[in-house]
Amino acid sequence: MRRGIPDGGDELGATREEGVPVDELKQLEAAARAGQLSRREVLKRAAALGLSAPVIASLLAACARPQATPTTAPAAQTPAPTTPAPAASPTPAAAASPTPAAGKRGEGGLVKLLWWQAPTILNPHLAQGTKDFDASRIVMEPLADVNDAGELVPILAEEIPSVENGGVAKDAKSVTWKLKRNVKWSDGTPFTSKDVKFTYEYVINEATTATTMGNYQVIESIETPDDYTVVIKFKNPNPAWMNVFVGPYGMILPEHVLRDYVGEKARNAPFNLNPIGTGPYKVKEFRPGDVVVYEINENYREPDKPYFAQVEMKGGGDATTAARAVLQTGEVDYAWNLQVEATVLDQLEKAGVGVVEVIEGVSVERILINMTDPRKEVDGERSKLGVPHPWQSDLRVRQAYALACQRDVIANTLYGRGGKATSNILVAPERFVSKNTSWKFDLNEAAKLLDEAGWTKGPDGVRQKDGVRMEIVYQTTINPVRQKTQEIIKNAFEQLGIKVELKSIEASVFFSSDPGNPDTAAHFYADIEMFTNGPSSVYPIDYMISWYGKEDNIAQKANNWSGNNYERWQNEEYDKLFEQAQIELDPKKQEELFIKMNDLVVNNVVVIPLVHRNSVSGRKKDLTGLELSRWTDETWNIANWRRSS
Amino acid sequence: MTQYLIRRILISIPTLIAISIVIFTILALAPGDPLAEFAMNPAVPPEVRQRIRKSMGLDDPIPVRYVKWASSMLRGDFGYSFRSKSPVIDLIRQRLPTTLYVIGTAYLVSVLIAIPVGVLSAIRQYSIFDNVATTLAFIGFSLPTFVTGILFILLFSVKLGWLPMIYRTTIETEGLAGLWEKIKQALMPIMVLGLFETAALTRYTRAAMLETIHQDYVRTARAKGLSERTVIIRHAMRNALIPVVTIVALSIPGIFTGAVITEQIFRVPGMGSLLISAIRDNDTPVIMAITIIFSALVVLFNLIADILYGVLDPRIKYE
Repeated sequence: MRRGIPDGGDELGATREEGVPVDELKQLEAAARAGQLSRREVLKRAAALGLSAPVIASLLAACARPQATPTTAPAAQTPAPTTPAPAASPTPAAAASPTPAAGKRGEGGLVKLLWWQAPTILNPHLAQGTKDFDASRIVMEPLADVNDAGELVPILAEEIPSVENGGVAKDAKSVTWKLKRNVKWSDGTPFTSKDVKFTYEYVINEATTATTMGNYQVIESIETPDDYTVVIKFKNPNPAWMNVFVGPYGMILPEHVLRDYVGEKARNAPFNLNPIGTGPYKVKEFRPGDVVVYEINENYREPDKPYFAQVEMKGGGDATTAARAVLQTGEVDYAWNLQVEATVLDQLEKAGVGVVEVIEGVSVERILINMTDPRKEVDGERSKLGVPHPWQSDLRVRQAYALACQRDVIANTLYGRGGKATSNILVAPERFVSKNTSWKFDLNEAAKLLDEAGWTKGPDGVRQKDGVRMEIVYQTTINPVRQKTQEIIKNAFEQLGIKVELKSIEASVFFSSDPGNPDTAAHFYADIEMFTNGPSSVYPIDYMISWYGKEDNIAQKANNWSGNNYERWQNEEYDKLFEQAQIELDPKKQEELFIKMNDLVVNNVVVIPLVHRNSVSGRKKDLTGLELSRWTDETWNIANWRRSS
Repeated sequence: MTQYLIRRILISIPTLIAISIVIFTILALAPGDPLAEFAMNPAVPPEVRQRIRKSMGLDDPIPVRYVKWASSMLRGDFGYSFRSKSPVIDLIRQRLPTTLYVIGTAYLVSVLIAIPVGVLSAIRQYSIFDNVATTLAFIGFSLPTFVTGILFILLFSVKLGWLPMIYRTTIETEGLAGLWEKIKQALMPIMVLGLFETAALTRYTRAAMLETIHQDYVRTARAKGLSERTVIIRHAMRNALIPVVTIVALSIPGIFTGAVITEQIFRVPGMGSLLISAIRDNDTPVIMAITIIFSALVVLFNLIADILYGVLDPRIKYE
């Protein structure tokens, strides 16, 4: 369904009109589902029955479904509506999520979700992790959300603003949202534009210490001309206007409940554990770190929804037993983030109870290359800007590194359905993905490049130049897959004559923002390091800032290592492109800018992209309507989740 | 006796303070960040994360942080969890009943099984019963709970489909069916823990019993013509139980703090899983609260064990 594949019911409905015997079609469909027929055979027989194209398509989908293969996102269908110019058409997106006709509110009983990290707080703006956003989203709603194709879908908004409908100003310095009328909070109070404005004031107050604050700093002011209109004014022209009040970071808070809990008092609000929202459910019981039980919000605006009377989100445990619970014993209906070894997952899926759902992700596992010298300490810091790395500042050496990374082996053997090899750092949304890059594994060419650069093998097999030996430290987090990746890469590097010392650091230390800890990714006191990163928005400007070379964006002592640029790479051309992309409104030009930025980073080998990661989850066979999206919480569409018979 | 009690209680105060200082310092020195998950999220820029760190007081010097924590602790305030922003005491209150139910039952079962089995196998040393009991105890003792836990899941949940592998605190079924569901889901964790505890305790009981039944006073009792039953229960067992009582008493604090591994495997929302997730999240207030409660309980049950000695063995007098 997520990818526009119609439901079983629709298929049969369509046939009756065409006068094809339903029985034959049913048989064909059943055979296809059972996997007895290949796609080709289905095509042949369907043609014999004289079926129309959409019906055949749905039959083919039935063939494919048992394997849950990740079909590529239908990028061709509609261009992603990010900027003012392309019609931010919400309609096709809404049409792509057909609401099954029959169905009464609460008919489906209890649906059990398993998040192996347990939610601990239900106020999304104070969230401490993805799990908290996912758990909050069942109760709270943003103005709009983003489907897997990257299109905005109106939630609390009446329609998606665009230049055509006058919602987005021509200079993109303001955006006007029209809100749905007759929306009520679960306590019965009407939802109005004041709540939107209040959310901004709550988040932007420094004492609140909202996790989501970063997105809202671009706002200059918010006006509410009437109860159902919100005008957001930005400090600068903002092509990324959809970063605020949209998706996980954009859920709206109720002013009447939280009015007295702004600033330091925010943490004492009972709301944090028992939120009042506009979504399909409200919290019945919440035990932080264990379980959330939701029941229907009787004030929810759509009378026939949600289908399930209760939702239970259980947390804790580990990914492997979570996979077992959904795929093998069927104790839960949906399990989140199944980072489980490919072979184990395949074996569990054979039990036939559940299905593995794979959607392409937005992030890339990559190796960062340090442009500065991590060994030399200058003014109390290593890897200091202006102290170039003895050999990694040479492009030929970096190119040799990239040639020594066997990306397909890493992707296929270690990630399986969890990812595929890539040569880009920006892999989503589709329109910003560069087609100009490529990668290969070629140790001979790599050796030649190193020789050219003057780094030749010494008597002990380690390359050296002027008495400096090519010995590198390669750091990443503690994680079985990452340690195996390290081994594969180390092996190739050592064949080249580069001595590699592997270092693995506990994730909560590696990703810590503690300025006093030398082992963080931002300190980068190593030659190369590896982790995953990706954009959080369909206009990925806040991701591309990772390579912006302005001094205060470079992670260093002067800013307590809070800069985004870890590689300490500076490139004037990139900086210009980035600054242009911050204000560019023409979608064609935006595409050019982002693709150029990607190509610059890749061709200069500042980063070696390895694996484009997918998100993998599991559902019981009869659970439908998930419409998982790479851009937002997995629970975003929960009002439309159903159990098919 | 009273004097002895007062002296012991007074000594325990500096002990607890020392423990709290050590744990707090270790936690404060340990690297890590409650917001590490957002490091790679462009929507949460580094300066926002640093500001939140600061608001949690993580950038203050360690002595300042300790004094702040200790002074609120003395007022009975365990503080707020970094993660859920709710009072730590509430979190503990939610977890304690589950832990007491699951872990407590496991301990109770193991005591009820281990003592008779241990005594019997000592009396009938080298009999078939003894051999079977010793072998089983040996197996139970050497298998770590994470192995038995997963074996049980594979057997009872996956193969046979009898028992659920996920523990739920939200069962709403009414009446007997609901009760059965609640018991059913606790069976596996209780068995896993019970097996381990029973095994250990059986071996201790057997060893202690073997030692006493060869003592002179036991022979004397037999020589007096007392029935075998009286000899074993009144004369041998009473003495043999002294080391067993110590072990049981000292493991009682464990009932309150939960069993970290078993709770994790079966997703039992007890104190153990609260502790482990707090450690993983660098949630200092929660870790401190649990460890302090645990230390206090250990000190308390040490004292209780000492007092019980006096009850069991009249020769021991506290002056």
